[in-house]
Amino acid sequence: MSDVETSVTDELMLDGNAVAGMLQEIFAMEMTATPTECANCGHEGAIGSLLCFNQAPGLILRCPACKQVMIRIVQTPDAVYLDARGAVYLRLARQQ
Amino acid sequence: MKRTLDWQIATVKAVKQETPHVKTITLTLPDWVQHKAGQHYDVRLTAADGYQAQRSYSIASQPERTGEIDLTVERIEDGEVSSYIDEVLIPGDLVELRGPIGGYFVWEVALGGPLLLVAGGSGVVPLMSMIRHRASAKSAIPTRLLYSSRSFEDIIYRDELEQLTNESSALKVFHTLTRSQPSGWTGYARRIDQPMLREVVEGLGLPQVFICGPTPLVEAVANDLVQIGLNPTHIRTERFGPSGTSA
Repeated sequence: MSDVETSVTDELMLDGNAVAGMLQEIFAMEMTATPTECANCGHEGAIGSLLCFNQAPGLILRCPACKQVMIRIVQTPDAVYLDARGAVYLRLARQQ
Repeated sequence: MKRTLDWQIATVKAVKQETPHVKTITLTLPDWVQHKAGQHYDVRLTAADGYQAQRSYSIASQPERTGEIDLTVERIEDGEVSSYIDEVLIPGDLVELRGPIGGYFVWEVALGGPLLLVAGGSGVVPLMSMIRHRASAKSAIPTRLLYSSRSFEDIIYRDELEQLTNESSALKVFHTLTRSQPSGWTGYARRIDQPMLREVVEGLGLPQVFICGPTPLVEAVANDLVQIGLNPTHIRTERFGPSGTSA
């Protein structure tokens, strides 16, 4: 990626907090405090700390340490596509 | 916590001009739920043709205020939601929203301190909710806010922050003005850097850190704080930018 592309995408970069509402809609629970691990580098952190790119038809969440894609979500009128191959796990707390 | 997020129709109770580009909207909620400081609401606008636009806005008010919330909104140039809020909304208007949302960038008195808050521009909003919550709970948790604004006129909550620091000796507020400073300005006058952060955290111990602002500021401050020896696991960040999630 060139320097120009890097600066452009950094301008648009948010974090997992910015899509908390959409995630809660999909998972039916608060998700930003959910721990997860990057499948590429092993970095562990909460969903809220992941780097978020949402100015596209889909949503991309990247690892804040190595910048690899961890989670992709695409919504269509009748379905939600979730690709989490970049995450080793998501720890969903059981609701009390 | 409620599992599902339902949209509800809130009523605008009051509109307050905070700075030339920032307004606070007080909303009365029919289905009010106590929030945690740092959480936000999603606001959704629907046009006559069905087109919808949705944005997240941080709650500025403290959780102790029941039945209503304050959202402080900065007008973004060409922002389709923020410009509507800035130009159109008046008391009595109805606004569709859902929340409170978020569980990562949140703080409550029970979590303890000390607390280091770093804000850039309207990134101060969720941190103000924490400061107001701390005051409402009559907490003496040592708290420092480092707040970067473009100019003196752009400082949101300026008078209230001064009043709160007068009321609590454990709360300290440090301003930096990056573009212009009034004559006789005694605060910082540059972008946040390591020497500034060192001075602000001096004697604070090992704080829990919340940083909110534009992405470049958040990245720089988080890196600087790790380099001056703070624990990365104690640092929580929230970035905001020109984008939003469209519905």
